[in-house]
Amino acid sequence: MSAQDGSVMEGPGPGEESLGVTNGKIGMWTFLVMDAMTFAGILAGYARLRWTPDSMWPFPIDAFGVIGIQLTALNTFILICSSVAMVHVLAEQMRGNMDRAEKWLMATIGGGLIFLGIQAFEWTHLIIDKFHLLMDAGYNQNFPATFYLLTGFHGMHVAVGVIYNTIILMAIRRGRVTKDHTSTVEIAGLYWHFVDLIWILVFTFVYLI
Amino acid sequence: MTEIKAKGYLSPLTEEAKTNKWLYLKEWLCTTDAKRIGVLYLAFSAVMGLFGGILSILIRIELAHHGPVLFADPSLYNALPGFHATAMIFFFIIPAFTGAGNFVVPIQIGAPDMAFPRLNLAAFWILPPAALVTFFGFFINSLPEFGWTGYPPLSNNVYSGMLGADFWVLGLVLVGVSSTMAAVNFLATIFNMRCKGMKLFQLPLFTWSIIVTSFLILAATPVLTSALLMLTFERMFPGVFHFFNPAGGGDPVLYQHLFWFYSHPAVYIMILPGFGIISSVVQTFSRKHIFGYVLMAWSMMAIAVLGFVVWAHHMYTTGIALEVRVGFMFLTMLIAVPTGIKIFSWMATMWGGSLKFDTPMLFAIGFIAMFTLGGLSGVVLASVSVDIQLHDTYYVVAHIHYVLVAGSMLTLFAGLYYWYPKVSGKMYNEFWGRVHFWLTAIFLNVTFFLQHWMGVAGMPRRYYDYDPQFEWANMISSGGAVVLFLAQLIFVANLVWSWKYGEDAEDNHWYGDGIHLEWMVPSPPDHHNFPEPPEWKPIIRQHVSADQPGGLWHRQQ
Ligand SMILES: [Cu+2]
Repeated sequence: MSAQDGSVMEGPGPGEESLGVTNGKIGMWTFLVMDAMTFAGILAGYARLRWTPDSMWPFPIDAFGVIGIQLTALNTFILICSSVAMVHVLAEQMRGNMDRAEKWLMATIGGGLIFLGIQAFEWTHLIIDKFHLLMDAGYNQNFPATFYLLTGFHGMHVAVGVIYNTIILMAIRRGRVTKDHTSTVEIAGLYWHFVDLIWILVFTFVYLI
Repeated sequence: MTEIKAKGYLSPLTEEAKTNKWLYLKEWLCTTDAKRIGVLYLAFSAVMGLFGGILSILIRIELAHHGPVLFADPSLYNALPGFHATAMIFFFIIPAFTGAGNFVVPIQIGAPDMAFPRLNLAAFWILPPAALVTFFGFFINSLPEFGWTGYPPLSNNVYSGMLGADFWVLGLVLVGVSSTMAAVNFLATIFNMRCKGMKLFQLPLFTWSIIVTSFLILAATPVLTSALLMLTFERMFPGVFHFFNPAGGGDPVLYQHLFWFYSHPAVYIMILPGFGIISSVVQTFSRKHIFGYVLMAWSMMAIAVLGFVVWAHHMYTTGIALEVRVGFMFLTMLIAVPTGIKIFSWMATMWGGSLKFDTPMLFAIGFIAMFTLGGLSGVVLASVSVDIQLHDTYYVVAHIHYVLVAGSMLTLFAGLYYWYPKVSGKMYNEFWGRVHFWLTAIFLNVTFFLQHWMGVAGMPRRYYDYDPQFEWANMISSGGAVVLFLAQLIFVANLVWSWKYGEDAEDNHWYGDGIHLEWMVPSPPDHHNFPEPPEWKPIIRQHVSADQPGGLWHRQQ
């Protein structure tokens, strides 16, 4: 049994009766329930504003153009690849090959950064060239508003994920996360896959239908 | 320098802290021990509860006579009901139950501490700054007047441009973060840190209630957060965001949907831990196992699930389709079924039991009686045709106060008296505890019962002034509120005085009748709860009538 005073960094471990996973994993799962509900609230708001009669909502193809949708589709692909790379991090760590795990983690972080870069480019382009034209054409003003809210809130999650993964990368380099700490990587992976999953929803809602 | 001679978890951790009270205080404020954090939560919520109580007294004084009484300026009055609700809901009831859970749950499941002790401390320390932010409008004299619901367009930047409104919104988001952190912690702890033999359907019902409440918090609070985020964006950048503004293609009713999707489950967040407390208290003071244990657990889950599909009963007058309203009416009335299961199970537990009427039991019985009244007026409000008449009248005020004062608050008192010997290692003054109970029970009815009539007769809620025909009833209500508030000072004084001067409590204080693990450890418990991981001897649950062997605990031995 571990001690409770502040000098001990680690919390207490699982008890005799447990779900057979680490405490941290349950913590992450329950956190993700909460996070999913935050997105659900925003997406429900989006749906309500868009799918009402005479909402004057532009079709994605009119708003973003073919190139815009294709670029974001590419971005989606990059984020999925980054998620796959995260799976390899854990796989290599379980084989005990920390060098390769580190490289895969760098690929994961790189994917997240590229995603953020393309999205920043997309935002700039839309703000400067697109949205005011749509507004002049009499489309619903909440089209850009919900776009900012959904993609911005998701982008914040990607940024947090990049920072989270970078912290783990540094911990691997300093030898504080070794081949025995698979649950640390697994929990970070849960978060990263969740961010990926949410993006697929956001992408579908905003860019495809 | 006098030496600090506290026992158990109250004793200083280091030698230096024994003689230095500042070090001892620092030890408390930076503690990661769930028991100490629980006490911090309770102390904080007591302060906020008194603050919310003072606000309600100001409201009641203003309403004692018709015409201006206390405030020449109605706009200050307009701000009070919203802040009273905010203080009581977010800073008194919810943190108080979180505190009780922090203290009791790890011990009840046989764990040394919560799963994430530092997250636990962080969740607590978000609260005081959040309170400062939420109520910051009081310091800069810029109070929003849109009530605790904050409906746009009233709450948008045109009608409520004051800075205090932005602080209020930000404060609520912070409280949401704090309670979510606590919920994550509770779930990880309860699911993963149970001692040997503590299967899920062996858990004490209080722990069960914390599981269900934590799921409610996880699923409901973020929806409020998303609504508040949208509101903030709309207030900050009115040219870009028009979520709730029809002029920009938005929809004000959307806010109400999101708000009530949180705020209806929120009433269960505020009452389910109380249900758990009552289940503990009733079985201890009846010397019988709780009647229908499995159904008691499932009915809490049923209440939680149903609680997510009834939110539009707050919106019968907003103009949603009649078919939809009738559907929500049906679902709302359905909640009376699992709630009824609980009420009848408590009564069946008492039936044929060997009852002891100590203060916790008095509060438990008072709760069962009063909460039934509050539940019944809820069924009245649930019917669409009646609610259209009663919406936004004092009937709603009466209903919510029967549910929250006679419900949540009485359960909280029952729990505090029940576990006080365990938490402090001392015994409170039983005489003053009973005085507190009787004053509370009588004067909460004096305060709120006539409000039913006011509402039916047509007195609107939240207004600064009213028709003179309501004056006599308002006078009685205000007088009752003042006595009710003063009675709570007895409670605070009793607990504070007894902490120092009370008699030492027994380990299993209530006649040796506590059966859960918290009564198997010393009063107060040790820093680590248990010297070594305990083992829970499973309770075989089967129906045994009171005159059969095993029916009453004392006959079992
Ligand atoms: Cu409701």
